[in-house]
Amino acid sequence: MDKDTKKIILDPLVDNNPIGLQVLGVCSALAVTTNLGTALVMTLALTAVTACSNLSISMIRNHIPSSIRIIVQMTIIASLVIVVDQVLKAYVYDLSKQLSVFVGLIITNCIVMGRAEAFAMKNPPGISFLDGIGNGLGYGLVLMVVGTFRELLGSGKLFGIEILTTVNDGGWYVPNGLMLLPPSAFFIIGLMIWAIRAWRPAQVEAPDFKIKEVNGTEAV
Amino acid sequence: MPNENQEKQASSMNFLALSNDSTVKTFIMATLVCLVCAVFVSVAAVSLKPLQILNKELDKKKNILQVAGLYQDGVDIEAEFSKIEIKLIDLSTGEYTTEYEAASYDERKAAKDPELNVAIEKANDLASIRMRPKVMPVYQVMDGDEVKQLILPVNGYGLWSTLYGFLAVEKDGQTIVGLSYYEHAETPGLGGEVDNPKWKKIWSGKKIYEADGSVGIDVVKGAVVPGSKGSEFQVDGLAGATLTSRGVGNMLKYWMGSEGYQKYLNKVQANGA
Repeated sequence: MDKDTKKIILDPLVDNNPIGLQVLGVCSALAVTTNLGTALVMTLALTAVTACSNLSISMIRNHIPSSIRIIVQMTIIASLVIVVDQVLKAYVYDLSKQLSVFVGLIITNCIVMGRAEAFAMKNPPGISFLDGIGNGLGYGLVLMVVGTFRELLGSGKLFGIEILTTVNDGGWYVPNGLMLLPPSAFFIIGLMIWAIRAWRPAQVEAPDFKIKEVNGTEAV
Repeated sequence: MPNENQEKQASSMNFLALSNDSTVKTFIMATLVCLVCAVFVSVAAVSLKPLQILNKELDKKKNILQVAGLYQDGVDIEAEFSKIEIKLIDLSTGEYTTEYEAASYDERKAAKDPELNVAIEKANDLASIRMRPKVMPVYQVMDGDEVKQLILPVNGYGLWSTLYGFLAVEKDGQTIVGLSYYEHAETPGLGGEVDNPKWKKIWSGKKIYEADGSVGIDVVKGAVVPGSKGSEFQVDGLAGATLTSRGVGNMLKYWMGSEGYQKYLNKVQANGA
């Protein structure tokens, strides 16, 4: 693998993470991270959709009229999502039942649209495809971290396997109900972004404005 | 002839060579994208349909087996399901009916079909489902020639969603064996605890009808004091899920009531299944 391809796949994991840096696709990250199983399937579904939509949009990028480019992208993305949803229903029925509407909502996931518009419209198919995979994985990485916290603290399990025995099942662990509700994902993602930016200060954005410092001698 | 071919080639070349922003190309591109996507989606939907239907049926059978206590991991669902006999009952009379094919009858489709459903009066609509089928299936778990359990489909509104499930009743038409939901979208960890095996266990042995024939079964707030008056009709509510618990209680009140299975269960109590 040469340097460029590596960069395209690995960059979105930390340095240009779609959730961490671009803050895209947060809505679905709140919904599907109550347990790791659904988070993993969602990651795979989103990666497949982003990669394939990037590929097909990039292949016809020189012939997409600019006035209808968004709707063309949407049509392609929507078709791919429907197909992914159908495949899940046919082969992993139980998981698709848990994901319910959220697979369908990949259509509105800003990451897919964002990559199509920002990358696939300007780059050849090969690297567009890889860019899709990289961004899907970057999204998945955040999902898995959030999912680990939420499932472990919220229901004492990881991938459905009991780690901390909960009080309901006769153990000692009192599950944290908040972890199962969407706001907890907000908190975890917020803390993650904080941690990443503390580690990589380059990601910190310039402040939009500064509060004026008042001198002791000035009248308030 | 060769002329015509050349012309065709030229025109298709022309289309690709057109400016991206010309009206003609915009229309051609829009049509092409739609066509390709439509074909792609339809092929996938049609070719995967049989598998999906099979999955749905298996899932329903699995749920029926689970509530009957016949399901363990890895068990052959079809083989185990052959112990169950499906019959249809007319809810207005409580009699068996052979008007429809029992094996393929779908009560959820029937609830939406104007020919097969009845509207529920608002005042009686405890389960908030608005429509109910005239005919409901009952799954009879057989032990040889004898009926051991009756499994009755129930549904009703909780907090976010309609819960679909099965209530398993002993052959006396009075004692509950279990209650299990196969489809709902209640909050995980709160209302979603209707799936908790520990909570489901509480249902076993509860009674449905009071001595005067009215529906006694209910979900109450907090824990039921064992041995207190009426405790055989009461099930502990789920902590943090008042509305889901109320929904479960109301749905059983409706389905066990006179518009639901009461006539049928009374007949079972009197004459056996």
